[in-house]
Amino acid sequence: MNATIGLAGHTYLTYLATALQVLAVIVGAPFIVGGMRQVRARLEGRAGGGIGQPWRDLHKQLRKQQVTPQGTTVVFGFAPAVVAGTALLIAAILPLIALGSPLDPAADLFGVVGLLFLGTVALTLAGLDTGTAFGGMGSSREITIAALVEPTILLAVFALSVPGRSANLAAIVSATADNPGHLVSPGSLLAFVALAIVIIAETGRLPVDNPSTHLELTMIHEAMVLEYAGPRLALVEWASGMRLTVLLGLLANLFLPWGVAGADPSVLAILIGFVAITVKVAVLAGLLAAGEVFIAKLRYFRIPELLAGSFLLALLAVTASYFFATPTN
Amino acid sequence: MSWIGKIRRVGRIVEAADEAPEATAAPPTGVTGSLQLRHVDCGSCNGCELEISGAFSSVYDAERFGARVVASPRHADGLIATGVVTRNMHQPLLNTLKAVPEPRVVIAVGDCAINGGAFAQGYGVVGSVADVIPVDVQVPGCPPTPQQIIAALRTVTGR
Amino acid sequence: MLSGGLTAALGMAGVALGLSAIFGETRHLKISWLLPLVGVIFDLGQVGGFFVAATGAVSIAVGIYAVGYAQREHWARFPLVMLPLFVAAMLLVPAAGSVTTFLLAWELMAGASLVLVLSEHQREAVRSAGVFYAVMTQLGFAAILVALVVLSAAGGGDAFATIAAHAGGLSPGTRTAVFLLTLMGFGSKAGLLPLHAWLPRAHPEAPSPVSALMSAAMVNMGIYGIIRIDLQLLGPGPHWWGLTLMIFGAVSAVFGVLQASVATDLKRLLAYSTTENMGLITLALGAATLLSSYGAHQVAAMAMTAALLLILSHAAFKTLAFLAAGSVLAATGLRDLDKLGGLARRMPGTTVMFGIAALGASGLPLGAGFVGEWLLLQSLIHSPHENNTLLALTMPLSVGAVALTTGLGIAAMVKAFGVGFLARPRSAAAAAAREAPASMMAGMGIAAAACAVFAVAPVLLGPVLSHVLTALPSVGGREAGPALGTYLRLPGIAGSMSPGLIAAALVVAVILALGLARWGARHRPVAATVPLWACGADSLSSKMQYTATSFAEPLQRVFDNVLKPETDVEVTHFAESQYLVERVTYRTLLADPVEQRLYTPVVRAVTIWAQWVRRAHPGSVHLYLTYGALGLLIVLVIAR
Repeated sequence: MNATIGLAGHTYLTYLATALQVLAVIVGAPFIVGGMRQVRARLEGRAGGGIGQPWRDLHKQLRKQQVTPQGTTVVFGFAPAVVAGTALLIAAILPLIALGSPLDPAADLFGVVGLLFLGTVALTLAGLDTGTAFGGMGSSREITIAALVEPTILLAVFALSVPGRSANLAAIVSATADNPGHLVSPGSLLAFVALAIVIIAETGRLPVDNPSTHLELTMIHEAMVLEYAGPRLALVEWASGMRLTVLLGLLANLFLPWGVAGADPSVLAILIGFVAITVKVAVLAGLLAAGEVFIAKLRYFRIPELLAGSFLLALLAVTASYFFATPTN
Repeated sequence: MSWIGKIRRVGRIVEAADEAPEATAAPPTGVTGSLQLRHVDCGSCNGCELEISGAFSSVYDAERFGARVVASPRHADGLIATGVVTRNMHQPLLNTLKAVPEPRVVIAVGDCAINGGAFAQGYGVVGSVADVIPVDVQVPGCPPTPQQIIAALRTVTGR
Repeated sequence: MLSGGLTAALGMAGVALGLSAIFGETRHLKISWLLPLVGVIFDLGQVGGFFVAATGAVSIAVGIYAVGYAQREHWARFPLVMLPLFVAAMLLVPAAGSVTTFLLAWELMAGASLVLVLSEHQREAVRSAGVFYAVMTQLGFAAILVALVVLSAAGGGDAFATIAAHAGGLSPGTRTAVFLLTLMGFGSKAGLLPLHAWLPRAHPEAPSPVSALMSAAMVNMGIYGIIRIDLQLLGPGPHWWGLTLMIFGAVSAVFGVLQASVATDLKRLLAYSTTENMGLITLALGAATLLSSYGAHQVAAMAMTAALLLILSHAAFKTLAFLAAGSVLAATGLRDLDKLGGLARRMPGTTVMFGIAALGASGLPLGAGFVGEWLLLQSLIHSPHENNTLLALTMPLSVGAVALTTGLGIAAMVKAFGVGFLARPRSAAAAAAREAPASMMAGMGIAAAACAVFAVAPVLLGPVLSHVLTALPSVGGREAGPALGTYLRLPGIAGSMSPGLIAAALVVAVILALGLARWGARHRPVAATVPLWACGADSLSSKMQYTATSFAEPLQRVFDNVLKPETDVEVTHFAESQYLVERVTYRTLLADPVEQRLYTPVVRAVTIWAQWVRRAHPGSVHLYLTYGALGLLIVLVIAR
């Protein structure tokens, strides 16, 4: 194990890599969302608004009036910042560009999952705080899905931590990089599918939730943010995009870790890492968007069945990784 | 799997864009190419709605100029209003406009919204949209074609 | 005032005594003349000291709180006198050093708590809850009595020290009997399934300071009993002991949190949350036992540390939650979440306190319960699984159970906080709430400070936990536990976490997010406060808000088979026409299914059996004298 852990034991370049990660997520998240909308538009035969459209929308929303509905409290006011803050923190912890993030010993995959749920809870409380029927409905549905998806997430984390014997992300990613044969093991494949379903459920994509619906009774995430306007809305939309980007980045680097810079990177390695993660996330986002064209939204009360199925997959992933794993070092 | 073949066969069906018209209303907040609208049906026959949904369809694709219809007036830059204002929709129209954050625009689509159209003398009618709220852009026609609607949207988005 | 001060003083004495026992020598005290034949023996070691300190800390907060609460609620003299006595009894239980002393202190504690539960005995609900509680406590006591008597008979003495010395020579049959009986008795006190039904009945009906003491300190005595008797005295147990503890723990945790997530009574929700947390603690104890019985002592030490940490953090956030609920009850007279709401404006201090408690109960980062849960998960995922099918199957299922518990716990706490405190008031009583007085806020503040310490600086507990661990050699005490510094490091395993650093980094990230939102601020029109968007209608009434029942409805639907709600729809038609409906009444009742399915048949069977035995009691004095003589004869024959 690396003896020099702790904030002081990191080189200047690892700090640079981490800062670059956060900046890339801030700047790149709207492009990822725009790219997904473009893929969908092109498959539908349209021209689409261009991958820069979400940035234009954000830019405009930040300049609009800040309206606060009567009867809401500071929870409504600060929830967008909390959601965005947790997304940024996760972006700083994950090994997206380089492995040795200074925050890596501070939070492992369980901590990342906890932060993700902290963001979800903040937005859910904001939905309840509005005191409208749609806000409460969105919050109720969101928290039900979050509660039912947690067993799958934690079991998937379990399955991923078996090869590297650790739940810290740097250890998991470097274990996979050192032993690529793991990737085609049944445990790994099952964990990938389970994690993909989890990401779809957590970020509110089809078939769990339709991000572009106008019918309130079909909304889950949208219903919680119906009262937000202007800069707070911009922050909420940005935070959703950032969560999607970091989760896709996590999926990419857990299962395709090549290109990630090591714990002590050089400038060239950082640049390669940056290009690699951008390509991987863009490809994953494109595949997700293309897949969405072929799926319809599930009826809300069928979603627990989907999540129960993903739980079984994750359980099988853990059992498979126990019985088929080749021990490392 | 047959869908992939279908997508490939149909290909791109959106029509080529016309030339950009002159701007009659400045884009809200000064950012070009971004306009979110909340649709309000004040009492129309739904003819204009069909044309608007045609304007946002794959053939005419208003989204490529930055316009989008959203679910809540809080998310919107303005209203796209169709139909004559009936008594029942008078107060809801005012409430909806009040819920839109500044700066905001109002686009009235169709003859009914502009001057009452075929229903101007109706007993349940308060007036045209301009009689109730200030209107920035008007799109005449009964109903206006999708190309006319898109041209009007482009005068606001600036794209 | 005197009662509260005395309680707090007892609490401080308890903390001091407990800490000195943990860090210093074991203290002995024998008072031979207090009881005939055996005397009273006190024996305060590390494990006992841990529980004495925990109880003492809870009592400090509750004592200070009770000063203001008793004034506001106009308590009678009797509960005021009983409160310090209850705390004193609870402090005596972990200090007991012999079977007789233990049973005596236990009954004292049970009796005092029963009296306190019946404080508001004018209400029918309180009386029935009191009867239920009394019966179940005595049943549990009977199990503990039989178990400890068997143990002392086989162990050759009354004092725990004597029993410990002879523990190696006990037969497996004795050990099994004692284990099962103590699990039943202590498990009932701790609120484990299936003998938990008294918890959601008694805790809501007791006054709030008493509920806090019961939920945060008294249920710990059940856990103390299991640790002291089964894990310390009886020594290393076979594999199935750990497995049994894990199964009961997991089932209690999932069932408890499920009931909490659909409960609409605030205190009933918190009571079921206690069952959930006790289940998690028992799961951790079971994991430690199972792992060390397979020789994985390092991982077992991690699991045991997790259990101890969970005990402490639960005491902190449950105290805070019940005290805040008491503040709400005193201000509005309501416990029903469906009628509360909008308290954030009227009672901001209480709202913040309950928010801290809810965050702790949900097990999220920055909450008091996160570190304990993290340690538990780490110990479960690092268990050795080569050539061990049992562990390879149990550990993933346990992780799944813990995860489901956490998820549902988040839902329950979001419901309690969001529906109860945010948005607008749903009733006139909620709209007229007043903030709590300073003494109540001070009591809550102490508990909140403890929650904050557990959340970001568990390093302060490091020495306490490592000392207590050394007293438990049969569950991993031989190895060092996880190092609790700024970073929590797991020895021999690659794993580390730093809750303080996560908190600091999150604050920085939120500030960064706020900075992002300031971009373009110069171009914005002036900010405004506007009415809610009511989809075009003029306004929304407060009845249109989501209630706790509606919030939990999807979860209730998903777990319909477990919860078995009773739904009743009554349609009244007009007399003149069957086609026109005058009124529709919808009633739904969520009772405890364990109570309905398990207790009712048992009670019915016991009643039938009792009716049958009644035939032997016709009322003749001669017959009763004959019974007495026969009984004496049998005892004399056996005692030869």
